[in-house]
Amino acid sequence: MVDQSIAQAEVGRYASAAARWHWSEIVFWCFLLACGFLFPSRYLIMTEILRLALFALSLDLILGYAGIVSLGHAAFFGIGAYGAGLLALHGIINEPVIALLAAGLAATAIGFLTSFLVIRGVDLTRLMVTLGIALLLEALAERYSNITGGTDGLQGIEMAPVFGLFAFDLFGKVGFFYSLATLFILFLLARRIVHSPFGLSLRAIRNNPLRAAAVGVPVNRRLIAVYTFAAFYAGIAGALFTQTTALASLDVFAFERSADLMLVLVIGGTGYLYGGPIGAVIFKILQEFFSTITPQYWQFWIGLVFVVIVLVGRARLHRWILFVPNLVIAQLKGTKAVVTVPESDAS
Amino acid sequence: MTSILTNLFDGVAYGMLLFVLACGLAVTLGLMNFVNLAHGAFAMAGGYVCAVLVNQSGWPFFAALPLAFVSSAIIGAALERTLYRHLYTRSHLDQVLFSIGLVFMSVAAVDYIMGSSRIFIKLPAALEGQFDFFGVGIGRYRLMIIVICGLLTALLQLVLARTRFGSRLRAAVDDARAASGLGINVPQVFAFTFAFGCGLAGLGGALSAEILGLDPYFPLKFMIYFLIVVTVGGSSSITGPFLASLLLGIGDVAGKYYVPKMGPFVIYTIMIVILIWRPNGLFGRPAAR
Repeated sequence: MVDQSIAQAEVGRYASAAARWHWSEIVFWCFLLACGFLFPSRYLIMTEILRLALFALSLDLILGYAGIVSLGHAAFFGIGAYGAGLLALHGIINEPVIALLAAGLAATAIGFLTSFLVIRGVDLTRLMVTLGIALLLEALAERYSNITGGTDGLQGIEMAPVFGLFAFDLFGKVGFFYSLATLFILFLLARRIVHSPFGLSLRAIRNNPLRAAAVGVPVNRRLIAVYTFAAFYAGIAGALFTQTTALASLDVFAFERSADLMLVLVIGGTGYLYGGPIGAVIFKILQEFFSTITPQYWQFWIGLVFVVIVLVGRARLHRWILFVPNLVIAQLKGTKAVVTVPESDAS
Repeated sequence: MTSILTNLFDGVAYGMLLFVLACGLAVTLGLMNFVNLAHGAFAMAGGYVCAVLVNQSGWPFFAALPLAFVSSAIIGAALERTLYRHLYTRSHLDQVLFSIGLVFMSVAAVDYIMGSSRIFIKLPAALEGQFDFFGVGIGRYRLMIIVICGLLTALLQLVLARTRFGSRLRAAVDDARAASGLGINVPQVFAFTFAFGCGLAGLGGALSAEILGLDPYFPLKFMIYFLIVVTVGGSSSITGPFLASLLLGIGDVAGKYYVPKMGPFVIYTIMIVILIWRPNGLFGRPAAR
């Protein structure tokens, strides 16, 4: 009995230590905020990065924390995008923040319904089902083109000012800060969740579902919960897309979007919350770089990045990247490195 | 009535074609447990080789088909030896990422070399048009596909069931460790099978240029179809994927003919329902690993 309570206290101490804010995190967020004032000519691309970061965060919740490999995460992004677009276009909900939530909840509902399909079967079935759902929604959106606008997409979306105060401007300044605030709030929520006992149980499931079930974790219910929750995040990311660009077309459901998203997350690292934001920054820089060299064939180089990352090995790659920072820290502090590779990746 | 039969005929031809395209994937994905989303890229390579030979070098169509097979098989063997074999033991996520990367690269590379528009292969006059068979319109080209693919299927079945190589492959798939303990060179068997599957895909790609259309986005557009064939068909035998491709072919043709507005919706729904109902495929066995 005594041993057990000590062990529990140990686990609790370890978990709360991991949940404490690190100074580097505060620097990271301050830096993001500062970007809004430092680069006023780059609002559009920075907004894109924030949106991608949120979307990648959503994938990280299911892939990095729960180990579900999804090839169709764009499904929820698309629902959020069309949801927000339709709400604004028909003037149903004019207030952007409420519309954002409504679109996110629509994606949540679909996420909840489809989660029952996803928790069945092995990896391969999951891949197929998630991919199938995204393709299905794309086909539906194409079929009901009287609602979705078909291949032309939704046109003529007019966004009302946020809280009735801040109107979306041409340079995307309001869009940027709006996206940043959304990302930050949702990040805090995700941070709270992954460090909660719920989040710990997810990691147990990822590492070994059988053992997790044996120690009493309700595996399927946890997976349904996290999948639904991730769908909410993806829906919000999609809604942000529509609200900041005033555009929603069929390609929100595209396979390439889901595939690129995996690359974003893998570049940043799965299984820790900053993987999404960091990956989004690197991915966008890479994409910009490649498309300035070869405007038409940048996809080739993105593909090459995929292949190289896998061949080199994700864990090894992160070790290489962190080698210099670790060396610096070791020199300065005279201690062992504190910047480490995120714990074992999803399989 | 005749329109039903004609549709059925077209569906069978389409299904046969899908089988030849996808049966290589049935081995890599179903048997070797490797998620290879880039299978369509090999098919596309074969199709483009055939197109270049026929349209630009003036080869006869039937002489170019074997070359489509050979070139795709060589590309497949080279990639298997250099890249794929390092990834057999890696996680599915790694395999997915790797093969998506290959797809993106192949799409952009073909776009760069051959241009982004759809290309057609010049067919010999004997294969064009259709004839009436008791009132049922039968396309000559589709008939040829059924004949070729039917022969290939029978041959595959024979090789797998009756030859020494077939039993080695089945042994290697069932338990790679025990098979190599018995002196079977498992990597070699896998490499050969992989290359052969790629070759078949290349042949399928060359045959499908007329029916499915050949453009640089081929691997992405038809990826889901190949995956459906394998996951729905299961992986315990070659008959599973074969029946699944026939079902898919007939279903898709019928769906496009009778409910054209629903588009691919029918196929995806059926696939999801089947996978929910039987996660290991219609004709599959319980997951081995």
